[in-house]
Amino acid sequence: MPEQRRRLVASFFRPSRGHLVASVILMLCGLAVTLQVRTLSTEQDFSTLRRSELIAMLDDLNARSRRLETEIASLEGTRQQLQTGADRQQVAQAEADKRRSELAILAGTAPATGPGIRVVIDDPQAKVGESLMLGALGELRDAGAEVIEINDSVRVVASTWVGSEGTTLVIDGVRLTRPITLEAIGDPHALSEALRFRGGLVSEISDERVGGQVSIVTESEITIGSVRPVVEPRFARPA
Amino acid sequence: MYAILGLLIGVAAGIFLQPTLPAAMQPYLPIAIVAALDACFGGLRAFLEQKFSDRVFTVSFVSNVLIAALIVWIGDLIGVGSQLSTAVVVVLGIRIFTNVAAIRRALFHA
Repeated sequence: MPEQRRRLVASFFRPSRGHLVASVILMLCGLAVTLQVRTLSTEQDFSTLRRSELIAMLDDLNARSRRLETEIASLEGTRQQLQTGADRQQVAQAEADKRRSELAILAGTAPATGPGIRVVIDDPQAKVGESLMLGALGELRDAGAEVIEINDSVRVVASTWVGSEGTTLVIDGVRLTRPITLEAIGDPHALSEALRFRGGLVSEISDERVGGQVSIVTESEITIGSVRPVVEPRFARPA
Repeated sequence: MYAILGLLIGVAAGIFLQPTLPAAMQPYLPIAIVAALDACFGGLRAFLEQKFSDRVFTVSFVSNVLIAALIVWIGDLIGVGSQLSTAVVVVLGIRIFTNVAAIRRALFHA
């Protein structure tokens, strides 16, 4: 064991005045170190910085905040644009939806409900022909019928045609069984008047030549459930 | 033994009493600590070389700390505070390494 080490160990157990002085100084040293460590850990380390460094830091922060502010402004502008764009799109969407449901009723692709009349044509001699039927549909439309259905199965639309096979009426390829029921949604009063006027459907059918009977019932709520499939036009294109 | 006790008491006092240093002195504390470390290692080296004198140790400790703080303070006054504190740390660091090398040689002959 070297001599110095032995001396160090020996003096460890043999206190002297020098030891006391060293202990006081080391105590100051430990105090200072813990003080500094605590200051650094509890405080932001700005307090130990010099003025020029603080100024540089402040400048840096100011520049950064200016940059961020311009960024915020531009982003807010973008958000505004996107929002108004989205609003406009929503309005257009709602408009289109409304228009689509209106057109669906018109084209017969959707069920419809509303006030209207139910007309039952009973002609035992089967003398109600195409022209009478076309006339009846024309009168109903003239009186503002929005949706027309025949025999609870044929929805009358723009492409509807009326023909006959012998004494049987055919509408859109469907043979009509008698009695024929017409249901129409529209102003009930106007619709029933359109059929009842002198020389109109009722008087023609009640005439001796046809010898039938027409009953007109006004309903506050008629539901028309038959629909048409959507047909892609093969020849016509939007111009 | 007393030295180690003193160190422990100082650390404990720093932790439990939580004394606060005046704000004006805070920039100088780190430099003072480095100077104090230098004095401590110098004292240990002197002890191992059988030249230890408590008077010299005390004076060197106090003067080291004061001069280091003074240098940085003057540096702050004339606007080169950060550079001067770097210089003080470098010089004291070199001295600490020299002292530690001497201690190592005395203790381990290596």
